[in-house]
This record gives sequence, structure tokens and C-alpha cells, in this order.
Amino acid sequence: MSTNAPTQIGEPAVGGRRRGRGGPTQTSDRTKAERKLALILCAPAVIAMLLVTVYPILYAIVLSVQKVDLRFPEESGFVGLDNYAAVLSSPLWWTDVFNTTLVTVISVVIELVLGMILALVMHRALFGRGLIRTSVLIPYGIVTVVAAFAWFFAFDPSSGFVNSLPFVAEDKAWFGDRTSAFSVIILTEIWKTTPFMALLLLAGLATIDEGLYEAAKVDGASAVQRFFKITLPLLKPALLVALLFRTLDAFRVFDSIFVMTRGSQDTESVSILGYNQLISRLNLGLGSAVSVLIFLMVLAIAFVFVRGFGTATPGSQGAKN
Amino acid sequence: MRRGMAIAITAVAVALGLAACGGGEESTGGAVTLNWFIFNEPSGGPQKIAERCSKQSDGRYKINFEYLPSQADAQREQLVRRLGAEDPSLDLLGLDVVWTGEFANAGWVAPVPASTARIVSENVFESVLTTAKYKDRLYTVPIWSNTQLLWYRKDLVPTPPKTWDEMIDMAEKIGPDKGRIQVQGNRYEGLVVWVNQLIESAGTSVLAGPKEVRLDEAPTKRALGIIGRLSRSDVAAPNITTSNEDSARLGFEAGNSAFQINYPFVYPSAKENAPKIFEQMGAAQFPAVDAGKPSKPPIGGINIGVSAYSEHKDIAFEATECLIKPENQLEVATLGGLPPVREDLFDEPEMDEVYPGFADQIRDAIKNAGPRPSQSPAYQDLSLAIQRAVHPTTKIDPKNLGPAYEKLRDNVQKAVKREGLL
Repeated sequence: MSTNAPTQIGEPAVGGRRRGRGGPTQTSDRTKAERKLALILCAPAVIAMLLVTVYPILYAIVLSVQKVDLRFPEESGFVGLDNYAAVLSSPLWWTDVFNTTLVTVISVVIELVLGMILALVMHRALFGRGLIRTSVLIPYGIVTVVAAFAWFFAFDPSSGFVNSLPFVAEDKAWFGDRTSAFSVIILTEIWKTTPFMALLLLAGLATIDEGLYEAAKVDGASAVQRFFKITLPLLKPALLVALLFRTLDAFRVFDSIFVMTRGSQDTESVSILGYNQLISRLNLGLGSAVSVLIFLMVLAIAFVFVRGFGTATPGSQGAKN
Repeated sequence: MRRGMAIAITAVAVALGLAACGGGEESTGGAVTLNWFIFNEPSGGPQKIAERCSKQSDGRYKINFEYLPSQADAQREQLVRRLGAEDPSLDLLGLDVVWTGEFANAGWVAPVPASTARIVSENVFESVLTTAKYKDRLYTVPIWSNTQLLWYRKDLVPTPPKTWDEMIDMAEKIGPDKGRIQVQGNRYEGLVVWVNQLIESAGTSVLAGPKEVRLDEAPTKRALGIIGRLSRSDVAAPNITTSNEDSARLGFEAGNSAFQINYPFVYPSAKENAPKIFEQMGAAQFPAVDAGKPSKPPIGGINIGVSAYSEHKDIAFEATECLIKPENQLEVATLGGLPPVREDLFDEPEMDEVYPGFADQIRDAIKNAGPRPSQSPAYQDLSLAIQRAVHPTTKIDPKNLGPAYEKLRDNVQKAVKREGLL
């Protein structure tokens, strides 16, 4: 994954020293050469990343302090922080931040629980492992827009099967009120990305030494005790990485909402808000301000996870222990 | 060897890529290729007339289709991205009637030259021509129009209602099992059409000028009152807050509705899907707000624009003159049921086959239509603002219209100034 590139460059210094348990003598030349090779190998990826991410981000920041509207080419100029003031003083922005947080928290918590159960099942599966793992992954392999449409049509009163299920009112308009619309949106998100969570947790489970469980069993620990005293603590790095990725992803939720409600019934997320300003209104200044604010919030989430919970970045020592 | 192969493949791929970008001017031996960016109209009418015009041009041009998505929002999105980047590969554009102000103000469409303007506005409905103008100048060329009628069940409703209140009374008497009224109430452009037509029919309008809000209080409140009354009545579709043209059509075909407000495509659709209901289907004018004051039905359709970045603007206008010829408009009407923009064509015998028994209704509706406030280049802002103000329509209290009116007015005011988030 290309996102790992920057951290890996920074890491070898620490990793190298720890790994040099054999003796201080052999470190210097060989590790230096290895480090150099690592840098050379990573360089193309880093340069490509810089080109495709840094430039657009800087351009968005530049646009966000200007008045730019494609429909009114003659009215443009520097406006300082006016666009940010307009966004932050709008009740719409805060409603959408709340909505986005709601979707993020609920979907990530449920995904975590379900993903954990799936990971444990896949880890302990005695037969048909490959088949189970593949079939669990199918939802994640489906394009989000397609999944969103599939669920939209399933819940749509005129085309869907959901309203013909028992205990469901036949003419229930699922996208007609906030609670039910949000429920379907969150359900779609969960259905789609639980496999991702499960897969990351499964990778974490695979690194736990079986011997620990044997020893615990001998000492008379119950299954519940083994889960909370061995599995969870040792899984913490993988768990936090999975949570970090999913939270960042969920916070940018767009496709399902766009397909299902277009943000009506008060289900609008910040990404939809940005889309409306940028693509519908072509107000690039205001839209970029929204985008930059979303970017800052995503950065803040990453910061809290990495600093606050001590999430180990993938590839570093923490994740391997 | 392998490396050689790889290089060869790359070279071929690059060459193909370049050829694709070149936009084949020379490809058809002298004839200029005009790229028409328009959605793929399912009847094939536009393709047929484009082919005819290409043939008639004596090898001067050849019209090539580049298809846009079927949804209007998505069409605009793609056009705007290309025009924003000054893409020279666009020549002819299929534009929704409400985009003229925006595209003209941004300098994306070339103004129609005087000689062409004379030809293309001949016998065209005044209401249609208004949608093609910006600041009194013609920027686009109308090719087909559209409007909504009131479709009703003749077996349930002996004489069609003249006003919305009359219609709701009739429906409530029939009851929600068979008497529902189908409209477009989801938060999208269709809702703007409904709201705008009621406001226009009540005798006021959203804007008084490109940057001036009108929305006179008493008529606007009467319009909002009708929306609130219907939305809260049990004869409204249960999915009114998510309804669109298609859900209205399906609701009517399902047999539980006595009325629907919709475009003429519902007529052939009912013939195919619900023959029994089709037999009882009648057409009348869009209902009025006040008794004695005729309604202002909606207006839709497509205008052709010539891209300001086209390298063949003259030939593109020449092709436009051909595409909107009377016989071509009739062809599009016959194949796809899309109303012509020339009033005189409604006297042709073909029209009675396309719209059996209701051709005059369509002519009158287009003639009396009240356009949406698209003279504003910020129409998209207005549309979003109106949608946000009135959706969900079930929240509009017909007994206390003050808050709904204030909200609509404030939102429109902000949109005109293009301030804040929408």
C-alpha cells in the first residue's frame, strides 16, 4: 500500500538499532547500505505521492482564500478567511458535521464488533478456510456506488423486497424520514466494510503465538479470560490500525448518501456539502474551504489515534510485537 | 524480445491515445466532425435528424454523438467540467432549458448570430424562446420542449378540476384507496418545478430581475398553502417526500391514484404497463391556484448551444439551423413524443397521432408556461435554496404559513447574493 511509504522511510533508524541484537560491530556498513537501498526503492513512490497529493492540497488551500466562481469569471480575487468564516458560521456546516460524526461512530463501532466475530471465526475455521475468507470478502469487492444502488433498490417501496418481508409495513418509505434513511445508509456502510475490518483483525490474530493460549489453558483460564487477557491486548496494534483506517474512511462518507437521499431528510454529510458547493454551484472558493476543513478534521482524527491511543503505524515494530 | 514487445505495445497504445485526442477533423475526408454532447435520448430521434443533416450538408460536416448521462445534474456536471477547462472538442451542446443564463454568463456558449437567430426563432413559442435568452440576447437554440399536464382517471373524475383545492377536495372524497394525487416532492429539481409553477400560477414569481427577489407575500403563501395542504392530506402519496416523475408514474399505473401531474411520457408508458388504467386516462391543464386565473404550467426540454471553445462555430450554427427544421422537429416528436418548439407544427396531422386527443392541451400548456427563474446565472444556487426551503413539504403548515414563507424568502435572498453555504 502506497500510504505506508512515508513512515517506512522514517522507521529504519529505530528498527535497525533494535534489530542489531547480535552485536554492535556488524551494524554500520550493512545497515547503512540497506538503508540506502530502502530509500532508493521508496523514492519513486514518495515522489509520485507528493505529485498527486501535495499539489492538489496546496491548490485547494490557495482557492479557499479566494473568491472563485466558474460561473462568474470576472468576479474573483483574494478574500482572506472570508470563505472559512462563511462555512463555520453556517448552521448547515455544523448539522452536517454532526451527521457525519453520527454515521462514523455508529458504523465503526458495529463494524468493529462484527469484524472481530468474523475474524475469530475465520481464524478458527477448521475446514473450507479459503472459501470462507473469500466469501466474507465479497461485499468489500463490490464498488461502493453499486452496493449503494443495490441497497437503495432493495429498500425502495416500488422495487424492493424489504417491504414484503414480515413485520415491515408495505408502504414504508425508508428514505422518507431521517431515522430510517440514516439506518439504511449506516447498514450499507456496515455491510460493505465489515470485511475490511475482519481482514485486518485476522492478520492481527495470525501474529499471536498459539503457545500463549496453550499455557493459559494449562493454567485453567476460561475462553472469555483468554480473549480478554491474551487476544485483546496482543491485538491492540492491529485493532487500532483497523479503527483508524475505518474512521478516516467513514468520515468521508459520500456514495451511499448521494445515491440514497442526496442529503435530504437531514442526512447530509460534509462531503455532500462540499460536493454541492464545488460541483453544483461551481463556487470553488467556498467549496475548497469546505474541503480544507474536512482535510483538517481527518488529520485531527489521525493525530488523536496515533498520539492519543498510541496506534502503531503499519510496518513499524509496534505492529509486529 | 519481451522488452521489445513491451515497447512496441506501449508505442501503439500511445499512438492510439493521441489519435483519440486529435478529434478527427481530417478523418472523414474534408467534412468537419461536429461533436454533439447530449444525453442518449432513447427514441433515437436526435441521431436520425443528425444523420439527415450530415447527409444534406454535402460533406461539409458530420455530426458525431458524445453521450452524456441520463440525469440532468450529471449532464451538467460533465459539460461544466469540460467547458471550465476550455475543451475544444465540444461543438454542439444539448442543454437543459434552465442552464442558459449560467452558461451564457460564464462565456461557455457563443451567442447566436443575428442571421441564425432570425431563422431559429421563427414561429417558436414565446415562453420557449425566453428560456434560450440571456439579457435579451439569444444564446441557445430550442429544439424540443416539454410540459406537464394533469392526468386523471375518467372513471373516477367526470370533469377534471380547475384548481388545486378543487382537485384535493375531489381526491379526498374518493379516498386514499383510489384517489391519491401524484406529484414530484423529493429534494431535487422536480420539486423546484412544482413550487415554481404554483408561485407563478398564483400571480407572482421568484425573481423580479436577475438579482432581485419578488415572491409577493400573499400569492406565495397561497402557493405554499396548497403544497402544505396536499402533503399533509391522506390522498398524498405515502412517499411524497421522495417522489419523482417515475414514482408518480408508477403510483398512477398501480391504480391507487386518481390524479398525477407529469410529462407526456406517462401516456405511452401506461399503454404498455397498465392497459386498463390507460383506457380511463384523461389529460387536462396543470391546475390553477386561484379560480378564474389560468395556471402557468412548467416548461422543460432541450436547447442547443454552440460551445465558445469550438473550432467550428460557424459550421456548428449551420448544423443547428438544420437540426431544428420543421420536418426534423416533427421527426423527434413522432419518434420520442417530445413536443416541438414551433407553434405552427401543432397543426400538422402527425401531432394528433403522437398525442391522441391532447395535442391542443400540450400546445396550450407550453404557450401559457411560466419559466423557472433561470434568467439568473446563479440558477443552480436558487434551485438548491428553494429545495432546502420547502423540503420536506410535509413540514409546511397550511394554517401557519409565516415560517415557511420567511424561510423561502430568506433562502432565495441568500442564493441571489450567492452568500454562504447551500
